[in-house]
Amino acid sequence: MSAYTPTYDKPLPEIDPYSEGYWELARAHRLSVQACRHCGHLHFPPTPVCPACLSDEQDWRPVSGRGTLVSLVTFHKAYWDGYRNALPYHVCLVQLEEGPLMVGNFGGGAVPDGVKAGMPMRATFLDATPEISLVQFVPA
Amino acid sequence: MNPMQALSRRIAVVGVGNTAYGDFPARSDYALGAEAFKAALDDCGLDKRAIDGLLCCRVPFYAQMGETLGLNPRWTVTLPGHGRMSGMAVIEAMLALETGAADYVALIYTNVGRSRRMNYGGGESASFWDPWGLTSPGASHGLMFRMHMERYGTTTRQLGEVSVAFRDNAILNPDAVMRKPITLDEHASVRRIVEPLGLYDYCLVNDGAVCMILTTRERAADLRKPPVLIAGVGARDAFERSAIGNFDPDFWYGEVREAGTQAYEMAGVGRDEVDALMCYDNFTPTVLFSLEGLGFCERGEAGAFVEGGALGLHGRLPTNTDGGHLSNSYMQGWALNIEAVRQLRGECGARQVADCEVVQYVAATPCTRSIIYTRS
Repeated sequence: MSAYTPTYDKPLPEIDPYSEGYWELARAHRLSVQACRHCGHLHFPPTPVCPACLSDEQDWRPVSGRGTLVSLVTFHKAYWDGYRNALPYHVCLVQLEEGPLMVGNFGGGAVPDGVKAGMPMRATFLDATPEISLVQFVPA
Repeated sequence: MNPMQALSRRIAVVGVGNTAYGDFPARSDYALGAEAFKAALDDCGLDKRAIDGLLCCRVPFYAQMGETLGLNPRWTVTLPGHGRMSGMAVIEAMLALETGAADYVALIYTNVGRSRRMNYGGGESASFWDPWGLTSPGASHGLMFRMHMERYGTTTRQLGEVSVAFRDNAILNPDAVMRKPITLDEHASVRRIVEPLGLYDYCLVNDGAVCMILTTRERAADLRKPPVLIAGVGARDAFERSAIGNFDPDFWYGEVREAGTQAYEMAGVGRDEVDALMCYDNFTPTVLFSLEGLGFCERGEAGAFVEGGALGLHGRLPTNTDGGHLSNSYMQGWALNIEAVRQLRGECGARQVADCEVVQYVAATPCTRSIIYTRS
């Protein structure tokens, strides 16, 4: 677990009624996806109704945090001022074992040794602010 | 059979026009749009009072465009400034003309993104993924290309083949923004933007405008130049898998295949009859995805397909003969559509494809479209 940084200046989420359940669980270091109460469809990020059956009765379901690496990119351009001193930085894409794709960063910031598609990963969290914890992925 | 079969070769492009391409801080969208419109009218010899359909794309306000041009159409449509819209717009205009909703449609695209310093990422286009620093269409294409590399062994040097071929084409186009030669080594060494992509894998950002005028084949016969016919169109969207903007875990393979097949069937032509391809090239990987989806090569083999100048004017599949978005102009598909028309008319001078009879446009995006233009 990382200590929170008082000077955190990177983009923070805009929390709305559809995503607040996700961010509450993230604060407790639980990764979750949206689950339809009616048909069980799992998806992420949140949608106001289930894209499979259109029900508006949905919950946030904690997931294992296990998945496989799908892809990664390295930013050499800062699209926000808060990233100017953080270049280059990496973004990864992980397919959770429950199905949905999730975007994250690598825990510790560096690309894992021997990185390749299909690599097993597991979720950890970075406490960006007292309210916001961001999912990160490290080799499982 | 394509359910739009009855529209094959019914609608014609009769006029095309464009402005210069560059950085024009003192010019408005409306000034650029008016210039392109005037050029397209001159191209077909129509009086502007004949225009009774107006489609605006990326133009801030359609009514101000109409006011600027002194038009009172009976059919007006506005579409946002997304790269995927040009093919969609042409199909919309076809439907309006076929049903009689309009007799002569002007499609006007304007872009002032360069002089207004658009970034195409960050605060301009907020998304759920911002807290992880994932932003910009280029990053999405980087994610997809990295997957393609791992699955098929494709290399960034093969992306360089796309950049170099389109630059070589642009050198033959007096309108193109980028006309200085580049090499594969320069493609490899130029600064990285979002790795695995570098600067030469990215489209340009420039100002400009394009206009196309469409009418029915019968009405086209009375106009200045031989009509270019819309022989086939194809379409498939992929919104269900669009949680990451401009990203698809399957590179829109199925959608490109489906749109291409619809277009070939409707046009009654095979891909081996395509004399030139106009391929949406927001980023170099899109070209590889398009070639595979359309079936110009097997899945995973587009990297090898583009080697050795295959996409150049004298290559096996002349592609983006104007230089495309990478080297000609960032007109979001519109410049490629007017290049298709000019190639079929034989107006392309040094970059003319010999005996050009069939030109295909394709945009592999969450709204994939393909259009086949023919001379007859």
